[in-house]
Amino acid sequence: MRGPLRRPFPRDWFVRKGAYRRFMARELTSVFVGGYIVFLLVWLHQLGQGPQQYHALVETMRHPLAVMLHALALLAALYHSITWFNLTPAVMPLRIGEDRLPNAVVAIAMGYLPWVAVSGAILWGVLR
Amino acid sequence: MAGEATITLEVFRYRPDDDGEATIQDYRVPYHEHWVVLDALNWIKDHADGTLSFRWSCRMGVCGSCGMMVNGEAKLTCAVFLKDYYPSAIRVEPLINFPVERDLVISMDDFLAKLQAVKPWLIRDDEEPPGAEYLQTPSQLAQYQQFSMCINCMLCYAACPEIDGIPDFLGPAAIALAHRYNLDSRDQGQSERQEVLGGEEAVWGCTFVGECTAVCPKNVDPAGAIQQAKVASTKDWYRHVLLPWGKR
Ligand code: SF4
Ligand code: FES
Repeated sequence: MRGPLRRPFPRDWFVRKGAYRRFMARELTSVFVGGYIVFLLVWLHQLGQGPQQYHALVETMRHPLAVMLHALALLAALYHSITWFNLTPAVMPLRIGEDRLPNAVVAIAMGYLPWVAVSGAILWGVLR
Repeated sequence: MAGEATITLEVFRYRPDDDGEATIQDYRVPYHEHWVVLDALNWIKDHADGTLSFRWSCRMGVCGSCGMMVNGEAKLTCAVFLKDYYPSAIRVEPLINFPVERDLVISMDDFLAKLQAVKPWLIRDDEEPPGAEYLQTPSQLAQYQQFSMCINCMLCYAACPEIDGIPDFLGPAAIALAHRYNLDSRDQGQSERQEVLGGEEAVWGCTFVGECTAVCPKNVDPAGAIQQAKVASTKDWYRHVLLPWGKR
């Protein structure tokens, strides 16, 4: 007589299904988001080291590889942000009395609108 | 069955009383458009192999006992039609992430202990129960109603990749149940539940894969409940740190 049989979750679960793959993609994009923040901090620090350093660094960033990495980081950050914004209604449902506000309204109010506003403010600050 | 349309069910077999390995056994079952997978299993039990074990009761998505893996997806077998797979074979296995007692029957002991751990009842500071019901408005009911629709089918546990890595993880349905009581205007037990709810083996064990919500047949949204419980847990922590003298 044997005991109950253990059947563990498949080790390769994250490639087995579209939904699992999309989850993994969202998790992996956080590496870019986190990595870019570290890069930005280091870069800002370097920029403050004097005009010579500044010009050299700006030149480095013109390199196609640097441009490509930036494009990649931007795509990853977009995927990350958009998938999270779309999840906001599940995390922070808003109610008026008995009714739950539609998911789209919550995602726009708590995610997309602030995003556009902050991005706009930064853009205005940079271009002004 | 000459001339009659048939469909093959590949059924997971495990019998703890003999020494053989777990196997997959094929059964040819009459195909009817209006049959669900559970009908086919019952046909096998009645006509082909009386030794096959599985759980079911209501046949209408209410009792929550017929959950199995159907072609690798956690499903209520009384709610999936053969016609959605026909003419391909259908693989039926016990819910993953649970110990298998026999064939398609899994052990629910752990799950039931987890449900109980969150104290799923109204906790009150009152010494004495009141003479009448606690009153509640419709909008207070709406706060938690979705999370009270759970039928304990355990499909959400079979969809969750975290259960395997954190064996004591409370898991989707139990956390949703805890959250349901925390949101109930009649309940005062949030801080009592926080002890089991706040840890790595509870809300923080969740990485928000979201599949529990996708497979839930009752639209409970356990994944949402867990994230909301994370928010509540974080607020609770700050309140505790910033106002240590206050009531938790
Ligand atoms: S939350 Fe949904 S999937 Fe999980 S046990 Fe309850 S009804 Fe089943
Ligand atoms: S038999 Fe009751 S839910 Fe399927």
